[in-house]
Amino acid sequence: MDLNLNRRQALAAGAGAIAAVAFGGAAAQAQAQAKNDIQEVIDKFTGGKKAAERLVRLDLPEIAENGNTVPIGVSVESPMTEQSYVKDLLVVADGNPRAGVATFHFTPNSGVAEVSTRIRLNATQHITAIARMNDGSLAMGTKEVKVTIGGCGG
Amino acid sequence: MSVKPRIRLDKKEAKKGDLVEVKALVQHTMETGQRKDSSGNTIPRKILNKFSCTVNGKEVFAADFEPSISANPYIQFKFKATESGPVVLTWIDDDGSKIVGEEKITVT
Repeated sequence: MDLNLNRRQALAAGAGAIAAVAFGGAAAQAQAQAKNDIQEVIDKFTGGKKAAERLVRLDLPEIAENGNTVPIGVSVESPMTEQSYVKDLLVVADGNPRAGVATFHFTPNSGVAEVSTRIRLNATQHITAIARMNDGSLAMGTKEVKVTIGGCGG
Repeated sequence: MSVKPRIRLDKKEAKKGDLVEVKALVQHTMETGQRKDSSGNTIPRKILNKFSCTVNGKEVFAADFEPSISANPYIQFKFKATESGPVVLTWIDDDGSKIVGEEKITVT
């Protein structure tokens, strides 16, 4: 995950630099917002542990025309029995003013670890979902969404 | 302000062990706290920050929402039918008020 974030940050920084040259302030500002509290939010959830990149599937459009309401579906592979189930599922966005999007809590009675909702995305960015199982192990998935019109208002 | 959530179960009667899908939509501006009004003052945050679903009194699914959740929040999830009873969905506002909706599931 570390490697992944580093690469992402490097990409964001690179893109920001190019954008600053090409389009001036506004684009650069949007890229600068990628440095939100994402690491903090993730660390708080994982306790600093690393998540294996597996089992978590994100269902998001590749291009979102309206950032105000972007459909998202997250599913985690799990038998969802008393012995083994997904307990918590954190969704974070690295390009919103605040990284936290939602945390979902499942129980064995959920039957399946699947949830859909609609979220706001301020700019083109990566959405990451991290699942915590009942035994404390972690799994994660990431997907990039291109956003045409940002959705955080203001 | 009393809003009535729209809740839909994909089946009203289920066999024990079946998965029941719940779709729910509730009207709420989900004010992010990031926007400014015409005179430049920040509009204070006001969102539904918690959601939970109980079936026959037992929690099957819950969520914590952040301002990144869209206005008029939509949520879709499933639960495993184990016993008949009320399916109660509750949203909690930043101001402490609650929005509650209820459906019924019959398990045969």
